[in-house]
Amino acid sequence: MDGTNAAVKMRNITKTFGSVVANDKVWLDIYKGEILALLGENGSGKTTLMNMLSGIYFPDEGQIFINDEEVKITSPKIAFDHGIGMIHQHFKLVDVLTAAENIVLGLNDGSKFDLKKASEKIRSICEMYGFEVDPAQKIYDMSVSQKQTVEIVKVLYRGADILILDEPTAVLTPQETDRLFAVLRNMRDDGKAVVIITHKLHEVEDISDRVAILRKGQFVGDMKTKETNAAEMTNMMVGHAVSLNIERPDPVDPKPRIEVKNLTVRDVDGIVKLNDVSFTANSGEILGIAGISGCGQKELLESIAGLQKVESGSIAYINDKGEPEELVGKDPLSIQAMGVALSFVPEDRLGMGLVGNMNLSDNMMLRSYRRGKTAFTDRRAPHKLAENVVNELSVSTPSVETPVRRLSGGNVQKVLVGREIASAPTVLLTAYAVRGLDINSSYTIYDLINKEKKQGVAVIYVGEDLDVLLELSDKILVLCGGRVSGYIEGRGADKRKVGMMMTKLGGAAEDEE
Amino acid sequence: MNALIAFLSRAIVQSIPLLFGSTGEILTEKSGNLNLGIPGIMYVGAISGVIGAFPLQQRITAGEAVSPFAVIMIPLLCCLFASLLMGLLYCFLTVTLKANQNVTGLAMTTFGLGFGNFFGGSLIKLSGSNAPAIVLTDISLIYSRSIADKNTAGPIGKLFFSYGFLAYLAIIIAVTAAYILKKTRIGLNLRAVGENPATADAAGINVNRYKYVATCVGSMTAGLGGLFYVLDYASGVWSNGGFGDRGWLAIALVIFSLWRPAVAIGASIVFGGLFILNAFIPSGTNLAIKEIYKMAPYVVTIIVLIISSMRNKKDKQPPASLGLAYFREER
Repeated sequence: MDGTNAAVKMRNITKTFGSVVANDKVWLDIYKGEILALLGENGSGKTTLMNMLSGIYFPDEGQIFINDEEVKITSPKIAFDHGIGMIHQHFKLVDVLTAAENIVLGLNDGSKFDLKKASEKIRSICEMYGFEVDPAQKIYDMSVSQKQTVEIVKVLYRGADILILDEPTAVLTPQETDRLFAVLRNMRDDGKAVVIITHKLHEVEDISDRVAILRKGQFVGDMKTKETNAAEMTNMMVGHAVSLNIERPDPVDPKPRIEVKNLTVRDVDGIVKLNDVSFTANSGEILGIAGISGCGQKELLESIAGLQKVESGSIAYINDKGEPEELVGKDPLSIQAMGVALSFVPEDRLGMGLVGNMNLSDNMMLRSYRRGKTAFTDRRAPHKLAENVVNELSVSTPSVETPVRRLSGGNVQKVLVGREIASAPTVLLTAYAVRGLDINSSYTIYDLINKEKKQGVAVIYVGEDLDVLLELSDKILVLCGGRVSGYIEGRGADKRKVGMMMTKLGGAAEDEE
Repeated sequence: MNALIAFLSRAIVQSIPLLFGSTGEILTEKSGNLNLGIPGIMYVGAISGVIGAFPLQQRITAGEAVSPFAVIMIPLLCCLFASLLMGLLYCFLTVTLKANQNVTGLAMTTFGLGFGNFFGGSLIKLSGSNAPAIVLTDISLIYSRSIADKNTAGPIGKLFFSYGFLAYLAIIIAVTAAYILKKTRIGLNLRAVGENPATADAAGINVNRYKYVATCVGSMTAGLGGLFYVLDYASGVWSNGGFGDRGWLAIALVIFSLWRPAVAIGASIVFGGLFILNAFIPSGTNLAIKEIYKMAPYVVTIIVLIISSMRNKKDKQPPASLGLAYFREER
């Protein structure tokens, strides 16, 4: 791409939030006809930097040039006018509107408001790049990948030729990711500039032409993807060498710990969320649960933890002496007392398990405050635990007295997972433990989970990154639409095959009654 | 048959203040502002109209000639201006200063009632009347002038043409609001602001401006409900507290009509009917029964709220960000 003019030049960009410096004198060039991967750990300022291009934030210092002209991007509208479109990590779509309404939202080209004409234009864009979108479909009826498609069409509809995608693959199946990448390549070949923010190195290698790396808000360097490798990129991101292999120690003395038989669960609307699910989780093993999000993973974990009403079936907890005990019908507190810990990291991270306005040690106390004998709570133990978690997991926080809400996403997750593990469980249920976490923090979490496994804990791990799931798990249960579509050994499992099972293409045959 | 026509036509008259109020509140809520100040704003709208009309009435009483145009416009503009100020105050507190919407709304209602009673009381003193009321009969005659005389007209005339111009204005505003919300770019943008301001913002919509305009227009619409009540429905007689609970019913109607102004037209007529049901029930001398029927609108409101909270279809829900302030740079 040498010799071509940069579509975007960012020079000396600095942005601070209070005392936190999110971006510090960043230089970045984005070229037309090229896919740039923007890499960096959590909190390294990738999203902030791109938000300044898309007009969500305004830089404190520095200049932005578009096609060699200096611009001030003070609002998203101005960003559109300069042809910049960003697809955010959390979709910016209005649920109750249709795809077409969302796509034309905020536009005013002076012509008559005509949804029919807009729908035609949407269809022609879809044909050009190979999307599938029904303009009349409401957003709340759509799958995650369909929503993402709407987002992309939305930017293209506005005539964007600089596209920014913030972690677009986090919620997609491998097949959907492939489709997305094909579309992105089409766009690149069409001469558009594409920026993709991601944590997944193999995706960087797969899709990007050039990679730029941020560390702690500073620009570390950029290079051609072809001329680098995963190890070098990680080192630049983290600042020191990191081992990229996820350990999978052999299970020690696995014995059945949780036996789930013919579990069926309906949600409040009467929709079947789990249908006749049976499996066994062994102590000292990690059972990975794969599936497209919303296929019953949450309900499964909640049933075991006693938070979900079970329609039929049984969940047996087998204690060290080999005696089974029924968990269905027990209340969450007594299940917890038996040693079943649930750490669920929802999309908004704070939703379950932590209270945003409370500080770290108070959040630790949520688990232990019932243990006291007097009317007064014991504040010392939780405070100590909080300090331990902060030290061991290197949570970056001003102090343990800081409200959890103020921590960055990755740190919030460390606090949550750290607390659950500290309760010394015999069963650890964890969902999306590394959702949105950077490499370094993710590996800390994997290590923690492995440590628990070695101590004989039965770990049930729901994850979104299939590659990690395949590397980490001893056994893999694949859920598809609330049914078990596969139950395989983790060692030697094939990603394609699991991906097919997730969408019920390959795994369907052996599961049908 | 005649009794039914009479009942319907009175139900419609009763429904107009409710319709103004709920159309205004629907517009407001569509922008994500839950304005519980509506009862206060309607009260302020009414008393401001009275303040505007008072000197005119005195001149008419003194035998001076006043043009009907001035009689219409002065109270109308006073009402709109005062309601606009209330809307602006609400927006300044909740949108600009991001104060809690519920608290702000309740405070505005309290303020509005106090404002109305204060000026109402003062004007009653000024007019020197014996009864605790301001009487603006001549102003009201112009406001309630209709195509068909409600005493002599046939069924059609009585049902459709026996109301003052504000009644038709209420319907026109509701239909226009429905059209704007459903069919125009502005309506689409407004719905987006109420559902998901962050999305609207990212789409280049000026969220604060939409909130301000929708809330202020909504307040002015609601204020007209107060004006209609005093200068048309109540025949120009203002007495403190006479407006009653209509403001709260208007807010309940918003939920009943599923945030659709067109539905609000029918819904407010139903409520208007419930309001006057007691007068049409043959109860003889047993006044207790009448009192029970007076409860009808409130009982139905409660039932409606229960039923409407059970529906689970996505597009029949309140605007998703209703009641929440929007901070752009919050993380």
